Amino acid sequence: MKPFDYRSPADAATAVRIVGGDPGAVFLGGGTNLVDHLKLGVVEPGLVVGVAGLLPAEVEELGGGALRIGAGVNNSELAADPRVREWFPVLSQALLSGASGQLRNMASVGGNPLQRTRCVYFQDVTTPCNKRKPGSGCSVVGGWTRHHAILGASEHCIAVHPSDMAVALAALEARARVLGPDGERTIPFVDLHRLPGDAPDRDTVLEHGELITAIDLPAQPIARRSAYRKVRDRASYAFALVSVAAALDVADGVIVDARVAFGGVAHAPWRAYRAEEALRGAPASDRSYRAAADAELADARPAEGLDGGNAFKIPLLRRTLAATLRDLVGEDAR
Amino acid sequence: MTFPSEPDAVGRDLPRRDGAAKVLGTATYAYETPLANAAYLHAVQATIARGRVTELDTTAAEALDGVVAVLTPSSAERLASTEDRELAVLQDEEVAFRGQVVALVVADSSEVARHAAALVRVSYAQVAHDAELRADREDLYAPETVNPGLPTDTAEGDVDAAMAAAEVTVEETYTTAMYHNNPMEPHATTALWDPAGDGFLTLWDSTQGVHATRAAMASVFGLDEARVRVVCPYVGGGFGSKGQPHVNVVLAALAARAVPGRPVRLALTRQQMFSLAGYRTPTIQRCRLGADRDGTLTALAIDVVEQTSRIKEFAEQTGVPARMMYASPNRRTTHRLAALDVPVPSWMRAPGECPGMFGPEVAMDELAECLGIDPIELRIRNEPRVEPGSGKPFSTRNLVGCLREGAVRFGWSERDPRPGARRRGDWLVGTGVATSTYPVARMPKSTATIRREGDRYVAEIGAADLGTGTWTTLPQIAADALGVPVDSVDVRIGDTDYPMASVAGGSSGMTTWGSAVVEAARAFRTKYGTAPLDGDEASGTVGPPDDRYAMHAFGAQFAEAHVHRDTGEVRVPRLLGVFATGRIINPRTARSQFIGGMTMGLSMALHEKSVLDPRTGHVVNHDFAEYHITANADVDEIEAHWLPEHDPHANAMGSKGIGEIGIVGTAAAVSNAVWHACGVRVRDLPITLDKVLHALEAQSER
Repeated sequence: MKPFDYRSPADAATAVRIVGGDPGAVFLGGGTNLVDHLKLGVVEPGLVVGVAGLLPAEVEELGGGALRIGAGVNNSELAADPRVREWFPVLSQALLSGASGQLRNMASVGGNPLQRTRCVYFQDVTTPCNKRKPGSGCSVVGGWTRHHAILGASEHCIAVHPSDMAVALAALEARARVLGPDGERTIPFVDLHRLPGDAPDRDTVLEHGELITAIDLPAQPIARRSAYRKVRDRASYAFALVSVAAALDVADGVIVDARVAFGGVAHAPWRAYRAEEALRGAPASDRSYRAAADAELADARPAEGLDGGNAFKIPLLRRTLAATLRDLVGEDAR
Repeated sequence: MTFPSEPDAVGRDLPRRDGAAKVLGTATYAYETPLANAAYLHAVQATIARGRVTELDTTAAEALDGVVAVLTPSSAERLASTEDRELAVLQDEEVAFRGQVVALVVADSSEVARHAAALVRVSYAQVAHDAELRADREDLYAPETVNPGLPTDTAEGDVDAAMAAAEVTVEETYTTAMYHNNPMEPHATTALWDPAGDGFLTLWDSTQGVHATRAAMASVFGLDEARVRVVCPYVGGGFGSKGQPHVNVVLAALAARAVPGRPVRLALTRQQMFSLAGYRTPTIQRCRLGADRDGTLTALAIDVVEQTSRIKEFAEQTGVPARMMYASPNRRTTHRLAALDVPVPSWMRAPGECPGMFGPEVAMDELAECLGIDPIELRIRNEPRVEPGSGKPFSTRNLVGCLREGAVRFGWSERDPRPGARRRGDWLVGTGVATSTYPVARMPKSTATIRREGDRYVAEIGAADLGTGTWTTLPQIAADALGVPVDSVDVRIGDTDYPMASVAGGSSGMTTWGSAVVEAARAFRTKYGTAPLDGDEASGTVGPPDDRYAMHAFGAQFAEAHVHRDTGEVRVPRLLGVFATGRIINPRTARSQFIGGMTMGLSMALHEKSVLDPRTGHVVNHDFAEYHITANADVDEIEAHWLPEHDPHANAMGSKGIGEIGIVGTAAAVSNAVWHACGVRVRDLPITLDKVLHALEAQSER
């Protein structure tokens, strides 16, 4: 691990000014991902600026069922918040499906969406990786692609975003409040993460020095009937092979409206607009759910690799979406 | 020699003597040995799988504040013996596998050492490597023997003719994955030469055998064994990977000699353990079974293909359990190896039996399915009267008892044999069975000393406790052998200052060390009677095994598997094992061993796989986030039971080793249960959801 300087300023604005003025500086929140990267040499910052304790750590009601979640709230607290559990069950479930109890106690709402891919080649500095070192090449294709993308990838990178919470937020019309060297701005959460394109080193649209200070959740009655389903290789403490965040409004056996996002399949939390479109007005049936999945997965491209690659994610995601929606509708409404 | 009277301490559920120290954190492990002025070592590893180091630029590393020494092949001392090429580190520029150590850094702190290691610039002349195991390779070869010196191939009768004539046959290929032992405590060593240079070498090393480590290090460094001491009171797990010294011990000793007067500490990182600390080879098992309509086996064959490293051979004895498990007049077992540019494989819990009871035990289930015979009944019909091959009588063989007892406890009689016929909520439900076995091993050498110290008895032997319970169970044996209360007996283990003890391997510890302790007690009583004086002492040595008998432990494992009807996720909510392993010394530590083994077997069934990328030659999922080991949420009900058994031929205690049998057969039981749940035969471990998903897709849409 390369030595670095550490500073813990008095407030967020100062932290932003320090990081914004130093291209070799990074923010440290809960540290659940950055500390690993420091040890592995994945990142070698000259300056680490601690922001834990500098960011709002409350969940604030904005009225009408809307919430503002401070970036300093930890994942365990947010998952347990009664308003989140009742108004946005998909978010609580997504949080609880992530990591382990110990990690959720450390992980912060502001840092969680900014965690980086767990692509094993990205994390291993002895293998080329365009995300870690632009232009060095991608080691994944033809290697171990089990945990990689089937949607929105590029020839430069097929990594996936690992956060569960971010998948729920992408489905919930959330907005990220950001403080930067040039002031504040608000970014629709679905626009926060980038697809890799030819710049896979950039995970998000955040500029250097920008810091998420809060996540706003607008009031959404539809979210009360919502769920997160994570499918993984062991019962806990594993990243998603695929995951589905979904919310449904159903009346008289017909889907009035839907929100759907996928995890584990793309470089960003994948808002499934095409699936939502297919679901609106359709009967609440397995056939509709599968058709919705097929609409979204029309452009899916599996990655060949060891152990058969990741083509299994396509039927798996289709089946997981159908199962999640079926459960949301409930046996009696079928 | 047996106990003077009915055992009193043996068989009692005594708590671990070292438990409190471990829970309180006061038990001292190798890396933590309190020593002043310690320096820290970090290794530089090759990033190619084959070739030569052409240049090592250590300038930046040496310039770093706090760096004490940098050793390379050109600056490291010449070792006295380079015969064991795994241990012949920094002796030349050749790279034989990715991750091999090509230089080392010693610094005042572990952080500086690690940083400096990253600053060492290595240039290579790379040549094409070959790290891909396939059964159709043309360079497969037959090793001279398989671990631990068993015949490579066996043949009786004519398998091909019997298969052709058989009324029912099963012929399938099964595979097990590459696995890493991954004990919690990493491979760790603290080394000190005192006085500096050519002095006396002390190694505090996390090892399953202090004497084995001493012998190997004395040989590598050309020292008289009397000039080496190895100390290891506690081991945070080994599972075979600390049975023989790996390169970390040599590195620490080399580095310590290069920084005179200072002890050097080394703990491998988790990632380094995937290339430097041994592993279990992947196996490819072609299994053939032929049988009459009534289920009597007429042919039984297993042809195994597996890998070893190019620099050191290790031949896992995967085909060996098929030699004795069931009766069959025609039998064939073979082992073929591919020598690859990969790290050196070694022992991992139940080498041979663990992978070797996967293919054959799934094949038996497939045969039962073909015949329409209950899989338990099929196994009972093929019980051998004597050990196949040797013709020797079994000292005790209670496999049938384990199957029947397990069937009752598990509720097997209510089982509907049809696959894919049960559902609970969204889960398809199935049950499966497979058998377990492990040989009763006795090492040729071990000595114990018993001494009267005040009003207590002390047994000394250089044995190991790698979580197995030796600190607790050896006093139980000594107490009964002396005929005294167990509270009046202490043991001292884990140090070459005590009499020579064999390695904790092959489930041989209790048989070997326990026998030595019993002999020492006999000698002590013969010499001093029942009123010894302070300081009186006597020694005893393990005797030869009773080779008139074939000696094995047996077991039966039952699994309930759930397969999610939508996602194919596999869960195992229930595991039950029944074992016949002689007399149980301590039910508490024994249950830990059985349940631990079964959990590791579950982990093998569902989760573990070291993914070796043949393009790079290294295990790419080399951490605990990506190398999945069964976690708490994966384990629900897990029960271990045992039959009352006393094997008078095995040893004075009537016991058999139990450290490894728990992992044997579990994966097959789970695979058989998965088939019963959803109708898919998963012949390639681990059983991941993608391997059953296609069948769920094929089923009619609901």
